[in-house]
Amino acid sequence: MSEIPGDLKYTKSHEWVRIEDDHLVTVGITDHAQAALGDMVFIETPEIGAEVEAEEACAVVESVKAASDIYSPVGGEIVEANANLADSPESVNEQPYGDGWIFQIRVGDTDELEGLMDAEGYEAFCAEEE
Amino acid sequence: MLIFEKSSPGRQAGGQSPDIDTRIDSIPESLLRTDSPTMPEVSELQVVRHYTQLSQKNFSIDTQFYPLGSCTMKYNPRACNSLAMLPGLVSRHPLSHNNVSQGYLSCIYELQEILKDVTGMKGMSLAGMAGAQGEFAGMAMIRAYHQSRNDDDRLEVLVPDAAHGTNPATAVMCGMKVREIPTNREGDVDIKALKAAVGPQTAGLMLTNPSTLGVFERQIKEIARIVHEAGGLLYYDGANLNAILGKVRPGDMGFDVIHLNLHKTFSTPHGGGGPGAAAVGVGERLLPFIPVPLVIRQDEQYRWAEEADIPQTIGRLSAFAGNAGVLLRAYIYARLLGKDGMRRVADYATLNANYLMARLKAAGFDLAFDGRRATHEFIVTLKRQAKELNATAMDYAKRLLDYGHHAPTTYFPLLVPECLLIEPTETEDKATLDNFIEAMSRIDEEARTDVEILKSAPVSLPVKRLDDVKAARELDLTWKAASE
Repeated sequence: MSEIPGDLKYTKSHEWVRIEDDHLVTVGITDHAQAALGDMVFIETPEIGAEVEAEEACAVVESVKAASDIYSPVGGEIVEANANLADSPESVNEQPYGDGWIFQIRVGDTDELEGLMDAEGYEAFCAEEE
Repeated sequence: MLIFEKSSPGRQAGGQSPDIDTRIDSIPESLLRTDSPTMPEVSELQVVRHYTQLSQKNFSIDTQFYPLGSCTMKYNPRACNSLAMLPGLVSRHPLSHNNVSQGYLSCIYELQEILKDVTGMKGMSLAGMAGAQGEFAGMAMIRAYHQSRNDDDRLEVLVPDAAHGTNPATAVMCGMKVREIPTNREGDVDIKALKAAVGPQTAGLMLTNPSTLGVFERQIKEIARIVHEAGGLLYYDGANLNAILGKVRPGDMGFDVIHLNLHKTFSTPHGGGGPGAAAVGVGERLLPFIPVPLVIRQDEQYRWAEEADIPQTIGRLSAFAGNAGVLLRAYIYARLLGKDGMRRVADYATLNANYLMARLKAAGFDLAFDGRRATHEFIVTLKRQAKELNATAMDYAKRLLDYGHHAPTTYFPLLVPECLLIEPTETEDKATLDNFIEAMSRIDEEARTDVEILKSAPVSLPVKRLDDVKAARELDLTWKAASE
């Protein structure tokens, strides 16, 4: 069973979202997603300063199996990207909720956060997808 | 061991040495090298053994069953090679005058006509050099069509998530935006989602039919109607043509433009990155935009039609006119088969796939789309084995190599977890298919009794399990001499 921390929010495309303060969130991919994708070989992080819309593809994770888009859970401005992933893409496998975070975004409309799933909802969603 | 590592100083193959007294005066002194190039110093016998042994390490269609889904690794008749290499064809210069090229031009013209007939299209250009270029040409024509009507805002291309991965890439290369359409649980396009997605921004839809899920899109007429009514055009990816060759025609399904991988369906050995050939077929609406050159017949003579003949053409795709060798093989293959033979290709490609699918199901394997008839390929999912036995699709694939079979495609399509995409093709006999089923059953048994056998596979090949991560991240294919 994959790990689903209770204090995070989740998307249907398997990103997790940590709400840092009113307008800042950190984004990564879930333990379930990293396990399904397999060993990471390359992570393309978004450009800092880029404006993205909710559900817009803004990063790419490439594993030994496939290259997959990462979608922004909310609209806003990219304010930080995890530079360590260039040398250590394996962080996404080893610590998907820690060192493997991918980017931070300053949220435009905080109402969009309401549409995300909580841990319980995400667990049920994964079970249904099985 | 590389041939450089077998080198010993001063060893030569005298019988192969060039005449060292030959002087080349046409190269200026300043451009001549002064030191000798680093070459392996080996005997003729060493070279013969080295390359013969290398060739024996090949896993190839000439030696093994190769059920690599979505790739159509079928046997290519030797006659296609030998006839395409007739001296008159091989030594013809691409700029030869039409008067001395009537034979070659007639082959290309007839191939255009045959492909038009078997796909139901109105025009066919053979100028594309590879599948990706065929896709690019198709999408460029759709764009040119909308622009010619001053319909400039149609910049969105709909791509079902079961499409070939190259499709969205093509749309982006043509300056379009991609919108993904989901697939329902039975493997068909989600019609409700499609209806919601079309609009005045829709340039077209790219569809692979049969799809990469190994099923035929049953609602294709309905899909064509929805897209056309919204003002968009339909693009057909011909990657899976083998399943429907001579049976169903993309033109009759409502497609406006198609591309065919001749190297896949029409007898060119592939998988090594080329050469390829992408025939591009068009319906009425896109006829004015077809890529040049193509061969036309006028006053009992064949000649190239160029920009002057087709003023709205999207232009040229290659310096001359496609890959002549691949086109000739396709022509010979088509003529050898004839119309009935092409139908038999589809008959046996689908029969073999359905036989393999039914037998693997009976052997206890889970099908991704149980209840659907297979096209020329089908998907087995090893989700259960991965969960219960820790035996993944990759483990099964690697162990198959030990049993003497090339592995099926793994982890593609992405929609199905732990999948094997299996395409036996029409050129395999029942005994070979039975051997494969036997091997799969044995591997399944090994997974239950001792999964370590699978984890350490392959054990019988010169190269054991590769470190995929290291290979992707630290790829280094350059040999460096110790002295450098």
